[in-house]
Amino acid sequence: MESERALNNQREQTAISFKAFMLKNSTKSNINLYDHLARLLTKVMDERPENVVDVIEDMSLEVKRELLQDMQSTLRDTPLASAAQLLAKQQKLLFSRGGDGGDREEELVETPLPNVSELSYYLEQAGVGLGREEMLRVFLALKQLVDSQPLAHCRFWGKILGTEGNYLVAEGGYREGEEEEEEGREETAEEDERDPEPQEEDEEAEVMEGIDPFPSSNYKPPPVVPKEENGTGANKFTYFVCSQPGLPWVRLPPVTPAQITVARQIRKFFTGKLDAPIVSYPPFPGNEANYLRAQIARISAGTHVSPLRFYQFAEGDGEEEEEGARESFEENSDFEGIPVAEMVESLSWVHHVQYILQQGRCKWVNLADKPEDDFEEADEEEKQEEPDEPEPEVGPALLSPISEDTDVAGTSPWTSKMSSNLLPQFAIAVLRSSLWPGAYAYASGKKFENIYIGWGLKCSGRGYTPSIPSVPQQEYPSGPEISEAMDPSLEEEQALKAVMEEQRAAQEDTEGLGGDEEDEDDDD
Amino acid sequence: MSDGGVRKQLGNFRELTAFGLTLSYEQRAALQTSLVLLMSEYKFKRVRFWGKILGSRDDYYIAQGISEDEMRDKMSLYSFNCVEWYVLLPATEAMLLDVSIAAKGPFIGDPSHEYEHTERRRKGERDEAVVEEVTIKVNEEKRLAATVHTIDKEVSVVPRGAFIKSPHGVVQTNRSFQGLSFSEAGKLSCFMHFTEPQNLKKKSVLEKADLEPSIDFLDPLSEDIPKGSWSLQFEHSSRVCVIRSLLWLGLTFFHVPMTPQHGHIYMGNGLKNLDLPFML
Repeated sequence: MESERALNNQREQTAISFKAFMLKNSTKSNINLYDHLARLLTKVMDERPENVVDVIEDMSLEVKRELLQDMQSTLRDTPLASAAQLLAKQQKLLFSRGGDGGDREEELVETPLPNVSELSYYLEQAGVGLGREEMLRVFLALKQLVDSQPLAHCRFWGKILGTEGNYLVAEGGYREGEEEEEEGREETAEEDERDPEPQEEDEEAEVMEGIDPFPSSNYKPPPVVPKEENGTGANKFTYFVCSQPGLPWVRLPPVTPAQITVARQIRKFFTGKLDAPIVSYPPFPGNEANYLRAQIARISAGTHVSPLRFYQFAEGDGEEEEEGARESFEENSDFEGIPVAEMVESLSWVHHVQYILQQGRCKWVNLADKPEDDFEEADEEEKQEEPDEPEPEVGPALLSPISEDTDVAGTSPWTSKMSSNLLPQFAIAVLRSSLWPGAYAYASGKKFENIYIGWGLKCSGRGYTPSIPSVPQQEYPSGPEISEAMDPSLEEEQALKAVMEEQRAAQEDTEGLGGDEEDEDDDD
Repeated sequence: MSDGGVRKQLGNFRELTAFGLTLSYEQRAALQTSLVLLMSEYKFKRVRFWGKILGSRDDYYIAQGISEDEMRDKMSLYSFNCVEWYVLLPATEAMLLDVSIAAKGPFIGDPSHEYEHTERRRKGERDEAVVEEVTIKVNEEKRLAATVHTIDKEVSVVPRGAFIKSPHGVVQTNRSFQGLSFSEAGKLSCFMHFTEPQNLKKKSVLEKADLEPSIDFLDPLSEDIPKGSWSLQFEHSSRVCVIRSLLWLGLTFFHVPMTPQHGHIYMGNGLKNLDLPFML
């Protein structure tokens, strides 16, 4: 009995001492194993997860983590406004209904906003779009735009992805006359920018002339192709961009032909910042906002299509102007809609945005005519250029069918599809461009829409070859007096000496003494 | 895993739709049905919808079945209507070589379409060189297999810690992965290439000291060349971390910070962006 009791006592002792060991708090985390195990087992009992033994380590870690969070609560959290919160605050404004009841009724009658839910429904069928919630936010943002700008019409053009941010693009047209103010201001600003440069150069030249005149440059820049007026050609619409729905819309500047021409030669990603410089060769005139606008113009010209006969040329208009130059069209009221199967089979789509010519304009302008320049210069130039009057560039006419488009790498630039193969009765016709990946169009009955969601880059089919920098200008006219020559070898020198002596001998024969003195000098 | 996995994955498309990639409802419904069947037929542990490759006539929809090892035991299948699936052969070295030489231009949408490339090769010594015309033929099915393989190899992305390597070398999902924090999700170094590491062994001992062997068995994206071949942004009201590959335009990865949700999908024309160095 005694021994048994002693044994029990010993066991108890061991148990107690082990419990004490387990109760010893860690110097680091100030918790002990005993409590931890108790908590862990309680958690297991509470939750009863499947295959507990496999996840017991994770659970243990989780228990510890929960404990740590409690310990750290002595520090108060600083209210940190994350980007998400700021954006949410901005976007909250989208959901507020502004204005009085009367105003709203007016808006209901004539709003330039497109039918949001219908569009997003069709796009979903076509397999493009931004998702319903995001699409709704975009359209609320469009509403904001329409409220703040006097737009006659407005639509969601698409989304352009960038490396650091994206652009949502809205296309709009101002009501007649209401756009002029901003218009004028911009143009004068541009002129101001343009003017100072030559003046400065002149001044510098004058100052420098007193000291040592620089050779004047005989480089003449090629004539600048004039910009197209707002409301015509590539500047037919005005574009607004914002990076997230809810943030303010920024109006893009009108595009110039030079920008389009250079944009065709370069391949750059957008960064998502409008004022970012475009580092490229050939140099791009402008920053990212201009580049974005140029790409938008190119994409619109290439991919905006409508069902055949939806638009028609205004009657009588076609006769007056010359071939291919018709610019305006109107909706065809007799348009009945084309059956979907037919749309898909026969590619009955037409371009309704003007083709941009090589020159960077939709309407060709003859650069040889220069009435506004100095008379003398102009006269000279005309004399030179008159013999070969440049051929006017002609592109595909407006409302020309897409089946006439040139192929990309041997395949058609368009892929046409039905949105559903199982229920073709209710399907819509979907058109995808392979030339501009991300450009889509759909049509269902009388309704159609174009959208672009992509990187804003053309798929050329081939690798991009950057253009080679032009040859550097020559610093000096090269001639024998500045070009480096090889030193003559000993044999050559001796040969020359021999020839010289012969000549001298000949001279001595004729003139007498003069040569002798020189000879003596040489010998010294 | 039951069909819940498929449903969850297709649910994740909700997150991805915000980036311009969507499947129509018809395709989504078809996938929900057919992927479940696919899983039981081929005895996969998990099936994931890999993406879509656009062809000029028809599009390829691609699914991937995953067995025991999440990284290595993969099988790709393709379909045109999201219902009937055909197995893609695993890509071999020779196949990759042939495809890279012969296959040019956009995909057509016809698996039996043959790409041909004829080139002249010199054989023998200089004096007795014989010019031989070699024609390499590759059909589009092989090209598809090679493209899927290459995309997987070059740009498949997972967040750090989402997968662990067991002591036996098997890669499995990390059940205790709780997602990256917001600050971690803003760094490319917290995202890994989900493929056999290329640079890990070359690292110095000093660099390896901080790595945890069960988690850091992959190469991080931040070490890619050229720098800037990834675009990392927070979207969807700054709630979702989105990474897009600029090398393979069309590959999008998303991760919702502080949740284990992540995934990547490819929807594009299957062409590598070789112009990347000029475009940055």
